[in-house]
Order: sequence, then C-alpha cells, then structure tokens
Amino acid sequence: MQVRRSSILVLLAAASTLLAEERVEFNRDIRPIFSDTCFACHGPDEAKTKGKLRLDSLEAARRGGKSGDPAIVPGHPERSAVMKRLLTTDADDHMPPAEFHKVLSKDQIDLVARWIKEGAVYQGHWAFQTPKKPAVPTIPTGGNAIDGFVAQVRTAKGFSGTPEASRPTLLRRAALDLTGLPPTEADLTAFLADPSPDAWSKAIDRLLASPHYGERMAAQWLDFARYADSNGFQSDTTRTMWPWRDWVIRAYNTNKPFDAFTVEQLAGDLLPNATEDQIIATGFNRNHRLNGEGGRIVAEWAVETVIDRVETTGSTWMALTMNCCRCHDHKYDPISQKEFYQFFAYFNSNEESGVLGEFGGAASTRKGGNTSPTYSFATPEAKVRLAEVEKAIVAAELAVKSAAKVVPAAQTAWEQKLRQGFTGKTASWAMLTGTQAVSKGGASLKQQPDGSWLAGGTNPDKDVYTVTAPATTGQLTGLLLEVIPDASLPTQSLGRAPNGNFVLSGVDAVLTLADGKKVELDFVDAQADFSQEGWPIKSLVEGGTATKAAKGAKGAKKAQPARAKTGAGWAIAGNDAENRVPRKGLFIFTPTTVPAGATLTVSLRCETLANHNVGRFRLSTTGLPSSLISLKDTPQAAELRALILKDPAARTAEDRKVIAKAFTESPEHPKRAADAQLAGLLNTKNTLPGILDVMVMKELAQPKDAFVLDRGEYDRPGAKVERKLPAALPPLPAGEPNNRLGFARWLVNGQHPLTARVWVNRAWENFFGTGLVKTSENFGSQAEWPSHPELLDWLAVDFAENGWDMKRMQKLILMSQAYRQSTVVTPEKLEKDPENRWISRGPRFRLPAETIRDQALAVSGLLVPKVGGVSVKPYMPEAVWDETSVYGDMRNYKADTGEGLYRRSLYTIWKRTAAPPSMLLFDSATREFCTVKRFRSNTPMQALSLLNEVTFVEASRKLAELALRQPGTTDQRLAWAFQRVTSRPGTPAELAVLRKGLDRRLTAYAADLPAAKKLLAIGQSAVPTDLDPAQLAAWTVTTNVLLNLDETVTRE
Amino acid sequence: MNCNDRDFLGLNPADRLALSRRTFLKQSAGGIGLAALGSILGPSAFAGKPEVTGFPNFKPKAKKIIYLFQSGAPSQMDLFDPKPGMAKFRAQDLPASIRQGQRLTTMTSGQKTFPVAPSIFNFKQHGQSGMWFSEVMPHIASKADEWCMVRSMFTEAINHDPAITFMQTGSQLAGRPSIGSWASYGLGSVNDNLPNYVVMSSFGSGRPDDQPLYDRLWGAGFLPSKHQGVKFRNKGERVLYLKDPEGMSRDIRRESLDEISALNQQRHGVLGDPEIQTRIAQYELAFRMQTSVPDLLDFSKEPQHVLDLYGPDVKRPGSYASNCLLARRLCERDVRFVQLFHMGWDHHGGLPKALKGQCADTDHATAGLLTDLKQRGLLDDTLIVWGGEFGRTIYSQGALTETNYGRDHHPRCFTVLMAGAGVKKGYVHGETDDFCYNIVKDPVHVHDLNATIMHLMGVEHTRLIYRYQGRDFRLTDIHGELMKKVLA
Repeated sequence: MQVRRSSILVLLAAASTLLAEERVEFNRDIRPIFSDTCFACHGPDEAKTKGKLRLDSLEAARRGGKSGDPAIVPGHPERSAVMKRLLTTDADDHMPPAEFHKVLSKDQIDLVARWIKEGAVYQGHWAFQTPKKPAVPTIPTGGNAIDGFVAQVRTAKGFSGTPEASRPTLLRRAALDLTGLPPTEADLTAFLADPSPDAWSKAIDRLLASPHYGERMAAQWLDFARYADSNGFQSDTTRTMWPWRDWVIRAYNTNKPFDAFTVEQLAGDLLPNATEDQIIATGFNRNHRLNGEGGRIVAEWAVETVIDRVETTGSTWMALTMNCCRCHDHKYDPISQKEFYQFFAYFNSNEESGVLGEFGGAASTRKGGNTSPTYSFATPEAKVRLAEVEKAIVAAELAVKSAAKVVPAAQTAWEQKLRQGFTGKTASWAMLTGTQAVSKGGASLKQQPDGSWLAGGTNPDKDVYTVTAPATTGQLTGLLLEVIPDASLPTQSLGRAPNGNFVLSGVDAVLTLADGKKVELDFVDAQADFSQEGWPIKSLVEGGTATKAAKGAKGAKKAQPARAKTGAGWAIAGNDAENRVPRKGLFIFTPTTVPAGATLTVSLRCETLANHNVGRFRLSTTGLPSSLISLKDTPQAAELRALILKDPAARTAEDRKVIAKAFTESPEHPKRAADAQLAGLLNTKNTLPGILDVMVMKELAQPKDAFVLDRGEYDRPGAKVERKLPAALPPLPAGEPNNRLGFARWLVNGQHPLTARVWVNRAWENFFGTGLVKTSENFGSQAEWPSHPELLDWLAVDFAENGWDMKRMQKLILMSQAYRQSTVVTPEKLEKDPENRWISRGPRFRLPAETIRDQALAVSGLLVPKVGGVSVKPYMPEAVWDETSVYGDMRNYKADTGEGLYRRSLYTIWKRTAAPPSMLLFDSATREFCTVKRFRSNTPMQALSLLNEVTFVEASRKLAELALRQPGTTDQRLAWAFQRVTSRPGTPAELAVLRKGLDRRLTAYAADLPAAKKLLAIGQSAVPTDLDPAQLAAWTVTTNVLLNLDETVTRE
Repeated sequence: MNCNDRDFLGLNPADRLALSRRTFLKQSAGGIGLAALGSILGPSAFAGKPEVTGFPNFKPKAKKIIYLFQSGAPSQMDLFDPKPGMAKFRAQDLPASIRQGQRLTTMTSGQKTFPVAPSIFNFKQHGQSGMWFSEVMPHIASKADEWCMVRSMFTEAINHDPAITFMQTGSQLAGRPSIGSWASYGLGSVNDNLPNYVVMSSFGSGRPDDQPLYDRLWGAGFLPSKHQGVKFRNKGERVLYLKDPEGMSRDIRRESLDEISALNQQRHGVLGDPEIQTRIAQYELAFRMQTSVPDLLDFSKEPQHVLDLYGPDVKRPGSYASNCLLARRLCERDVRFVQLFHMGWDHHGGLPKALKGQCADTDHATAGLLTDLKQRGLLDDTLIVWGGEFGRTIYSQGALTETNYGRDHHPRCFTVLMAGAGVKKGYVHGETDDFCYNIVKDPVHVHDLNATIMHLMGVEHTRLIYRYQGRDFRLTDIHGELMKKVLA
C-alpha cells in the first residue's frame, strides 16, 4: 500500500487550525459519512461484512479486520488504517472501492481525521437514544420556548428572522394548515377586529375546534395508513373501510391523545372490554391491499400482507425502514433479519387468509367486499331504525304463531291437491333425450353416452344452445339442467371460458304442439345446488329484461322466459379447483299441460361474458307438483309421495309428522303470509343502510409460528422465531403482554426514543414544509442530522410529558414567532439558507392536492361541508377506471349528481390502481402502500388541471356569481373576489390587472353570447337566469385567474 | 408557430427552443418582464434539466425508447421459440424432470395431468438471418433482419400484477419508479413542448376482458412526481385537462394566462420566492402543450402510404396501430420514452383463436413502425422493445384438443424482441430446453434487460441511484448484468 504519509500530516495541520472551533461529533459529523460510504460492507449486516472489519463500534474498529491492523487508533489518525485506505492512491487498496461509486470529499476525509485525532469517540445513533428535555435558551421577546431554540441557531448561522406576516396572511396560513380550508369571512373579520393580545391564540383555538380540523389531519393519516376504497391488485374491487376513516376524523376532532390514538389503532381489539370504536380503530392494519388474482399463491401473499403491516408500522411510528431486513440484516441500522421476523411475529396472528376473499377461495375476488375478520356495527341513525324494525319483528313472529289455528283445514286441502297431482306419476325426472342440439355460435355439440351434450370446436363470444326433444305427456312443471365437468374443457372444469367458468344468462322453453302451435313456458323460480357469489341462479328469474310488468293483452300474465339482467347470470366459479364438480340448476314453470305428440325446445343462453359458455350439460323435465321439486330432497320427496298416497287411516304417527312437516314447508301453509311479513322485516333488518361491516384485527387464540424467511421468500422458512423487540431499542417493560397490545404501549410509554420525535417532526414538517429532521421518513442512521436537535428533543419530551396532547403541541408551534414570520425572502437568504432550514423566514410552500380542490369549492360556495360518511364520486375524466378493471366491480365510473360532487376531497372514492387523476397530478400518494411524505412538484399538468378541469371551471363560475351579487362597483366586487380567494386585500396594481382583463372579456363575450353560454354550462350546478351571461362569463374567466394564482395554491 | 412545420422540425433542438422562446416572447408581450425570462425559459416542461449530474455516463446509442409492452404474456412457443420436437410428446404428461417441482399458479396446480400442447402454428425461417417466426406474425417476421430476439428471458413473479410491476419497476411490490421515470429523472428532457415520458394503452381483441393496467406501471414511485409517465388516453380527452373549456377562445386563454403571469410577477416582486417564477414558466409550458399536442395527434397530413404501413386499424383512435403511429410522431419530436401497453395476451384457454386476434391487432403496426422509423432515419437512435411480463407453459391448461388448448403463466422463460439503436440485427440470444420450460443458454433476468436498456440510453445502471428512506435505490435493485452479446 502506498501511504502518502505527508498528505496525512498536511491534513492534520489543516485540521488543527479548526480545532479551536467545536469538537467533531460522531453522530452529527461522522456517522452520516460512515453510514453512507462504509457501513454497507463494514456495518451491522454480518453476512456482508468485508475483510471481517466493522466500523460501527470503536471496539470493532480498534480490533481491525482480517489484516489485524487497527482500523482506528484513537488520537492517531496517522496510525489508523482507515485514514490510509481513504488516502491511498493505490486503486486496489483505496476505500471506498471505485465500483461502489462513493467518493469522500476532502472535507469529509478531513473531518474523519479530526475525529480520530480528538479521540474517535463513538456515539450510539442519536435517534435511538431516549430524548432528554434540554434547557430552553433565552426566549426572544414575544416568542415562546420554540423561539429560544430557533433564535439560538439562527443567530449562530448569522441570520435574523422576518417580521410577523400580515394578519390576513397569518390567518389564511393557519386555517389552511389546521383545517385545509381558507378562513371564513366571519373568522377573518373577527381576527382582524380583535385588538387583544391573545387574538392569535383565540383564532387558533377556533380553528382547532372546527370539525374540519379532523378532516385536514386525517387526510395525511390516510396516506400513512394506505387507506382506500378498493382492494388493490389485479381487479381492484371495492371494500368498505370508510367507517375507519371516520374514526380517524373523530379521533382528531376529539383530540384523542396520540398514545391512545396509537394503541387503539394498533391493538384496540386486545384492550380489555374493547369498545366498538376501539375495534374499528384496528382497521389501520387492514387497510393494506389484498391480492385476489386468479392464480395467486395464498401462502406467498399472506406473507406480503404481514410484511406490509411491519413496514407500515415501522415507517409510521418509528420512521424506520424495516423492509431492508426482510432479506438480510440492515445495512445501516442495528436491526437484524432475525429481529425483523421477530417483529413480524407481532402481526401475523390475525384471523385472516392474507389474501382477498375468505380464506383463500377465489370465488368472490372479482366482486370485492371486505375480507375476514370483519366487525359489524350500526351507525347512530341505523341504530334507531334497527330498534324499530326489531320491534316489528316481534309482532310479526307473534302473527306467525297465531297462524297455526287454521292449519288443519288447510292441510286437508293441500293433501287432496297433491294426491291428484301424483296420480299416474312414476319417475320424478325424465331425461330430455334430444334428437338435436344446435349451437348458434358454431360450436360443435356432441352427445355423450350419458345423454349429456359436450361443446367443442369454436368457442364464440356468446352462444345459445338449442335442444329439441319429444316432451313427456301430462303435466310439465320443471326443468333440470345438469352441468358436468369434462377433461376437454379449460381447467378441466365445467365452462368454456379460459378459466373454466360459464355464465348462463337465460333459458327459454317452448312446446311445439302436434298442430304446430307454440306454447311458451313460464319460468317462476330457479334454484341451484351452487351459485358463485354475485352470480346467483335466481338472477335469471328476478328482474330480467322482460319484467313481470309485461302483461298480455287482457291483463293475463304473459309467459316469462328465464332471463338475467344485462351483465348478470348464473356462474359456478369454475376457476376454483374445488368447484370443478357437477352442478345442477333447476327451473320451475307455471304448470302446463303437455298433450300427446308435442316437442319441447329448450334454449340455453350464455350471453353475458365473452366465451363464458356452458361446456357439457344434460336436461331433464318433471311433472311433479312444484312444491315437491327441489334439488335437495329427492328421496324425501319420494317418501312424501308415498305417504300422501297412503290411506290416511293407515298412517302412523311418524307418517303424520312427516306430512305435517312437509306442509309446514310448503307455500300453501297459512303461516306463509305471516312468514312473508316476517321475512320482509328480517330482510329490512339485514339490508338496513348504516349496518356496516369493516375490516378489523382479531387475534388468533394461538399465535401463528413465524420463521426467518431466507431472502424474504415465503417458501424458504428458516429458524423459528418468537415475538421480540429489536435489541437496539428499549425492551418491553415488565408486566406488558408480549403481543400487539404490549407492542403498541411500548411505542408510546415515553421511553421509546423514536415515537414522539417522529411525530413532532411530522407536525413541524406540516407547518414549516421541511421537518427539523429533513428525512422525516427515515430516522435511521442514514437520517439527516436534525437542523435543531435540542428543539426536536424538547418538543418530543414536552409532547409526551403533556399527555400526548396533539392540539396542544400544534398550538405551541403555531404560537411561535418562527411560525408567524412573513415569508418575504432576500437573495442573500435564498443563497445561504435556500431550504429555510434555519427558519430565517416564514415557510412558503404549495398546498396539498386535497386542499387546492377544497379551497376552490369553499371560496365558490360549492363546498358541501358534511363530515364523514360513505365515499363520493366527484367529476372524473371519462373512462377513468376502464383499463384497471375490465372485470371487477369498480368499472364504468359515473360521477354522482348533487352533493357528491362538492364534498371535501378526502371523501373522494379511492381506487388504488387508478387514483383520482387531479389528486395524483398534485403529488398525492397512490395509497398502494404506506407513504409518509409527499413531493411538492410544479408541473404544466397542474396548470392545465387548474385552468380546465370541470371542478375549477365550475368553481370559477360560482365564485363569479357570488362576486356579481356583492353590492358596490365593479372595482369593489373585484376587490371582494380577490380577498375572498387570498384572504388579503389586493393592491391597486393587482386589481388594475384584473380590471383590464375583465373589461376586455366583457366586450368579447357580449359580442359572442353563445360562447358565454357554453362556458357557463360547464358543471352541474344551476346557472342563474337573472345574471347577464356575458357578464357572468367574463367574470368566470377572471375568477379562474384568481384560482390559478401561485399565491392561491400556496400557503404563504 | 406550428411545431410540426417542416422547417421547425428541421431545426436542431437548441434552435427549436430558441425559436419557441422568440415566439413565446411575442405572444406574451406585456405579460412578463424581461428579467423573468431566464427563469421562465430555463426549466423544461416535465423533466427539464436532469436533477442529477453525470448522465449519460457515456455516449448513448439510443436517445429514445419505444417500448411496446404486450400485457398478459404472449406465448413464446407459439410465436418465437419453435419446438418441433414436441409433436411426438403431444398430450403426454410434462415429464417431472422438466418441471423440476417448480411452483405453478393455483389455476393449474390442481390439474391431474399436464398434457404437452405443441404449437398449432407453423414456423418458418425469415430473412438473411433465418430467424424463426410463427405464421401468425407475418409482418413482424418480414423484419427478421432488424430484430434481436431474446429467447431466454426469465422473471421471478408468477402472477400478472406482481410480474408486470416487476418488469416496469424492478420490484414486484408497488412503490418503485418505473423504467421511464428513471430515464426521465436521469437524463432529463430534450423536448420543451411535450412530456418526456408518454404512455398509451390499447385493448386487445384476442381476449377483451384482460389484463388490467395500473397507474403504478408508469408511476414515478419515490422519484419526484414530475417524472411520472403522462398518459395519452385511448378514450375521452387524450391528454387530461388539455382542452380549454367550451366557450373559451384561445385569445381569451392567452389573455388570462398573461394576467396570471402579471399577478404572479407582482407577487414575486413582494416575496422574492423563486418558486413563483417556476410556476410562471409551467403555465407557459402548459400553453405550449395545448398547441403542440393537438398538432401531434392530428394525423390528417400523414400520407396514405405511411398510414398503410401501420395497417387499417391505424384510423381507429386508441388502437395499437394508431398508438404506434403516434409513437413515431412522438419520437420525431424527441420525446425520450414512449411506452405502449397492449392488453389481451393472457390465454389460459382458447389460445389459438385468441393469439390470432392479438397478432391481428399488433403484427402489422409493429412492423410498420419499424419501417417508418427506419425510412426516416429514426431507428438509428431509437430502441424498440417488444415483450410481456412472463411466458406461458408448454402444457395445456385444461383440455388439449386438435384445435384448442390454453397455457398457464410461466416465469421460467419467455421471449422479448429488441430492434434499433445499439442492438445486433438478425440475432437470436439465448436458448430454451426442448419443452420451452427451462433456459439452457444465456439466461436473461428482468434486471439484465433493464440494465441493458439503460446502458443503451447511456446510463450505467448501477450509478443511477436515488436516496429514499435512507437507502440508495436503483432500477435494478442490487442486480443486473449487461447483456453484452446483444450489443451491436
């Protein structure tokens, strides 16, 4: 190794001149360098350690690596191998290696040398040390404790702050920060008119008390929780989790302390006597995506589901990137792969499949819905309604009981009727031994030895099979369709779709009498031994295209074929292995007499989904009384038939019991009306709006085993592990259960070094644009050193000490001078403090996506300020969901009419694979995974959206209308509109620009009224008839200008 | 100014920018002071100057990419990888020695037998190179000597969502930037009127009900959102919010933009925040896009013989053919990364018919695109990639009949085509076993393909990194070997 000794000496000389200043501190100065450039090979990941050398502790560094030379000799950089390796010109020896593409600057090398010279004092990573409350430096006049810390740093950096922002700007800033809406005129007037010293404090209190405060805070939490209204992945179907979202809004509005906020969401289900709210709160850990793709391997995605939880929890509460450890020990942070899976073990014992659908079945995955475990509950309104219905049910049940009195007479009549029906009948079902079967779409239909027909050849998009056969003389009451799996069919299943499924969309049956006359059979009911969820056979006889209202000429009911509504039908989930078994579908006719010599033509229609044609089928008919036709009780039916035909005198007590039971179940029973009443009420109860279920956590009685997964792969389990917290963090306190509950409490017990720091840093980030730790998403050893470490710790300890009171903590920040500063910036500050890390001015940054839209709705008066409830469908571009859900139950997006168009953006329905485009354009998260930080980009697409998107054009029009209805002159109205949008009065120069443009447009639109009317027709809200269209159009463009100002989309 | 004017197109990008600046100055006179010009005209629309320095790392072979993604996974043994030896194994169970216990999707893992289904299609050799193609792709086959065929692709995922996400982002899980976003981030834009990364999609006729496409496939992940792909939609408004509202004339729009600029300028005078200048510039770029996009989408000046290259479907907006022509027009305008997604390749059953449908959608236009680019000299610096997210099984999913069969997902091998800048012509890379089940020569992982694409764009894939959550991320994770043998 060529060591340039001289260069070390030069370096040391340079370093020594700096020694007069502050000491080099490992955490602030050295750890970032080592972490970035050395730890990947000489850090915590034992498996990857090169040359047996670790540099993450002094002990290891002194010991050195394979060569035996101490890497670091405290006080002696010239004897430290680290320095030699950093300085050598020998490419083979130089560190970091060239292929690593990491180069240390001269300043960095200098710092390392100084640090060694000063004794090479290591420190544990600052974020892993429990914070202590530092003394507050001198507080500047008019400031609070925060300003003591801010001023100390700012002065040291050679800056002064800026004066307080103007009152309108200040109130708008706080209103947007705390409620996501601009200040109301009343709030603004009150604040401007309040000369008292605590005017600002009162204004903040008003904002914190607003019901919209919870909405603003929740919007961010939804990103963390990856909340959405869809399941994600391939068909991205619906789910219902908005009750959880409303829990979050309530929690913020009621100022639930952050410790309870944490414990309830992570482990509410495990709290003693958990309340409904505490259970709903655990939806946090069910908001992840769930894979429902046809071929998914359940074991694989069950692991991904748990890992998602681990990552989300790690990022949200600890700002740790746990995910690095699923495959290997962490490169930078002291978390091993084993510890990752020990952590995993807290989250894997939920009563769940881990994939979409109940415990792995694929049947319902295109229909969506919630996946177990779920929790059912009623909204307050529903609870009232439920009590009413339950009362009515009690009454109906009484009525059912009293119906028994008329039973004997009715039974005698019923038996009589049956006896007549049975006379002469032998077999229950006669196979329709067709002579002919034709496929309309050109498939081949070949008859099999068992009498069934097998389809082959072409598989058209839609097909109709028509079978013609002699009909059995006598009564015709039912048709049996048997569908049979066949090895020749896709997936060796029953249908011809690529996945082995079929969808039967209709059946018709027509008798052709000997004289050629045709009699259509009337389908009254259908049953199946199995129907795919969402595809019931009943759909063929309920609400088909030929509705029950279609009557014959004389009011007689016209015969109805079996017909499903468009897009519906009977399917059997043929894609699932367990469903590749014979299935029966049964159709009941209004009894029809078949004379001798008639033929029956049955058509099976598969016209709903492309290629979903029946594969192999067999048909049979019956003349049994309809009450005896059932798929389930053929032997019982035979037994009953014998009993009915038996001489009543010869019946035993057992016989009478069987007959009575059959009668009880028959539609002729007098209880039927009473039962129908009861069934109707029960149905009302079951479908009561506001009776909801939401996905929650439910711990298994016996924890599931957890294993270290080799390379993070589900099918490579290694050593079994138990629940345990990472050794680098404080241990679980004695007496705490070693489960999710203990884990959640551990996060917020005041000893945890990360939780409070992470949370106050996020609050700071919300209010200042950048956190005190800029890398708010990562507090690990790659984190940036805090700009104000003491302030961070002081805030964190203060927060925890004061009961984790979120509103108090936020108010503290807003009360500071730092927050109240004006955002005016000088070129000098821009150069020396470009990111405002030293708080040399007030923070100015673009508003979040939701706030931009909500503000436009608010200032235009369109906003419907209702809090909570089911998600809504505002305007979205045509076909916005088409490509993500060619199947699935979220397709053909159709905007709401009325209030759904004007609710706050956090209520917009969120489909993960196609999130609302106007939100994505403004940097919202996709909610496919936990996102704890958003970008703030500035793109032409944003401009186009604000200029042209229907929401903003309509808001402009409504704002113009409000302006025109203001008293006063045009200039006064312009001034009003300007202030309405920006909260501040416009300057004469600004108003002059607006006036000039407005006048030009007034002329233009007066000359082109059709154009004006076209502009005004945009959006669903009513266009006033009492305003001049040219006026309103010209003003609409002007108010659109206002909504597009940089100032408008920015909180200043 | 019409950006499609021949004169304008004849200019080099720098001159074009200068010209558009002058035009812009004229148009927005009075709106903005001269002092603001530097910052207005500096940053470009979408990616602008790259945020990272040092890229390209070396002279790029490909300045532009047209990536023709065939979503759903085309069947390699029915299109590109002939296995004539399979005829004698017809309907026999796939030997365990070939399957080697590899995992299957739950769609076929329950099958009792795995009957070998030889391709129903005839293969022929084409061109000087003698490259094999199936009869269903006559046009693509006619370009045999342009293609570089990689028969030895493999991937890790076995289901669509994770697999297509893996191809696009180098990770099966959502959240990483797409390949186009990486390119935009690293290399910036050379076009100042159009997005840097454009995405289009089309529905297949072979299997109309699949496969979904997700925003994340062209998302920027943790990269700044301006690098996300801009969707040119196949229905409704082609570029979201591009059109002025009904009843607003271009004059009124221009005037209103001038007012916005003037007011923003005044505010900048008070506050001094440079972000205000950026916003002013973005509004001007938006205005320019409003002119340049309709012009881009207007095929009326395309001569018939050019339209004919793409086949009759080119006249149907939103079709694959139409998207191919649009891709050429974007390429002409120096849009760096254009990606087409064509749906409908997932043929679990009824493959012969469905595959013909897909080829009818794509064969003619793909070849036409190659011809068109070549005759304009654009193929010299444009890379074409054609491929899906995995391959399909040699065994039939469900019944095997004389005329029909289906194939399940198969991650162990599949074929990808490349052409154009920097790749060997008429060259076949890699080899699969007799059952088209395992790779026997030159395996190419998804990371390798992505590393190679980046390389052709002048980017050393290990160097284009982004620090997020304390970790350095890259498209190829910690993997990726350059496919040296395919480089020209």
